[in-house]
Formats: sequence, C-alpha cells, structure tokens
Amino acid sequence: MYKVNVIIKRRPKILDPQGKAVEQGAKMLGFSNINGTRIGKFIEFFVNTDDREIADKEIKEYCEKLLANPIMEDFEYSVEEVK
Amino acid sequence: MKPKFGVVVFPGSNCDHDAYYVAKKLLGYETEFLWHKERDLKNSDIIILPGGFSYGDYLRTGAIARFSPVMNSVIDFANKGGIVIGICNGFQILLEAGLLPGVLMQNKSLKFICKDVNLKVVNKVTIFTQDIDKNVLTIPIAHGDGQYFAEDDVIKSLQDNDQIVFQYSDENGNVDESSNPNGSVLNIAGIVNKKKNILGMMPHPERCSDKVLNNTDGLEIFSSTIKNINNLIEV
Repeated sequence: MYKVNVIIKRRPKILDPQGKAVEQGAKMLGFSNINGTRIGKFIEFFVNTDDREIADKEIKEYCEKLLANPIMEDFEYSVEEVK
Repeated sequence: MKPKFGVVVFPGSNCDHDAYYVAKKLLGYETEFLWHKERDLKNSDIIILPGGFSYGDYLRTGAIARFSPVMNSVIDFANKGGIVIGICNGFQILLEAGLLPGVLMQNKSLKFICKDVNLKVVNKVTIFTQDIDKNVLTIPIAHGDGQYFAEDDVIKSLQDNDQIVFQYSDENGNVDESSNPNGSVLNIAGIVNKKKNILGMMPHPERCSDKVLNNTDGLEIFSSTIKNINNLIEV
C-alpha cells in the first residue's frame, strides 16, 4: 500500500487573489520579508496496491481527471510505501 | 414539435425549482426534474443544468457533479446536438465536463456578488438569442466563482467562431472594465459551443422571468430557445 500526498497549485501565470489578501495580513502583522504567498490545496489518500507502477498510473489519472483542473492548476505528488 | 424540458437536480442545486417554474408555469411546457443518480433524460428536448452549489462546491465548483450518472447522459445528449442550458453552477459543470471550453475561477474581488448586471447580447445568431429584441439585458448574478478564464488561443477561437454570447456591459452595451463584476476575460458572461447547441452563462435568467418581479429579460432567452429549437443554426 502507498500513502500519497498531493499538492495542487494555481498555475504561476494565474493570479491568486486569496494569496494576495492573506499576504496583506502578513504585512499588517509586521512580516516585512514575506512575499509571493499563494494558496493551493493539499490532498492525501492511500492506494491499495503493492505495485508501484499501477499506483503511479492511478494517482496520475486521479489528479488529472478529478483533483486538479489543468486549465488553471498544476499538481505534484509524493508517494510513501506503508506496511 | 412541442419541446419538453428536463431540469437536472444535483444535491445542492437551489435554482432547480425556479427553472422548473419558468418552463412549466410561465411558458407552459411539459417539464420534469431529472435526479442526478438517474441516467434517463425522460425524452427531454431541452436540458437545464440549474444554479446552486452541487456537491457543496467541494474540490472545485462542478468538479464532482460532472461525474454523476445523469451527466453521462447529458454529455451524450449534448454531443448529439441536444440543447443544454447551464446556468451559474450549471455553467461551471459544463466547463468541468468539457462541453464548453475554459474555467470559472473565484471572483477577482474574492466576494460573493449578488446583484443585477447588464449584459450585452453579443451574438444573436444562436437559438438562445435569435429572438431577443434588446441589445442589452438586465439579469441578476449570484456567484462567488464567476471569473471566466481560458488561454489566449481558446479565447481567440471563441471569438473566431462567434461563441461569445453575453458580455458584462453598462446599460448602453459598452463593455468595459468598470462593468466587469468578477474579472472575467473579455467580460465574458456566457458562451456557446461551436455547434451552438450548448449555452453556459453565469447570470440567472430564471430569476427574472416572471412579470411579478418587474423584469422579464430572462424569459427572452427561454422564449427564443423554444421558438428556434427546430432550426438549430448550423455552423
């Protein structure tokens, strides 16, 4: 079995007003060095197979077909084997 | 042919009864609700995907609704030339389903906006708009995720194929930044597919169709659709 962590980000060229608003909060708190705040999604799940190839295929399809919308989002994931 | 309406109901739809009311009570056509778990479109000629918050807008608006059983049938129906109108959340579902190009992102202001807006009717060569006399309609919007976005090449293709139907404008039909409520590219409020049998729009025509509300601009879209259903304009 594998444990998967997926991070979904807005594509770099797409404005992230939420990140911008949050960063204003950072400025109000006095963090003068913080910049480039962008907000995305974190999704974790398990894949019930011991075959890494099958796992990778399913994870990728899951991300492409449902978890991320490629028009506005990029995704990356990490996989960890669990026993 | 006397067309029959089908109004899809997802968990979280909240404009389904308004759409039903317009089709059945105001226009007087046979109309049925289509539950999201069913695949049978009950011989509908016009499918309405209503507004609301299907599946709680979880993940992304329309992302999960797009995979519900009824949508398989709607996608088949649409690909065969069937008439589909997606309003607000219905528009978001059409985009997620790939029946229309682009995506609707969170409003630039991050605010949920609920107000009347002016819409320039850009294209009157569709069954949905052919019989609209006015050049500018006043129709309410009510959305948090209405910022239309697509890559430049997609926008160009929308323009080249006359697929942009409604643009946010002022009351005189001037399309400018000050009349753009949500940051949509080119003030886009509604588009059709290339074959022009699928309409997606963020504003709510079903919310301004009854005379009692002192605005029937929305009804013009439904009336035009019915009137021209038999002569779907070929491209």
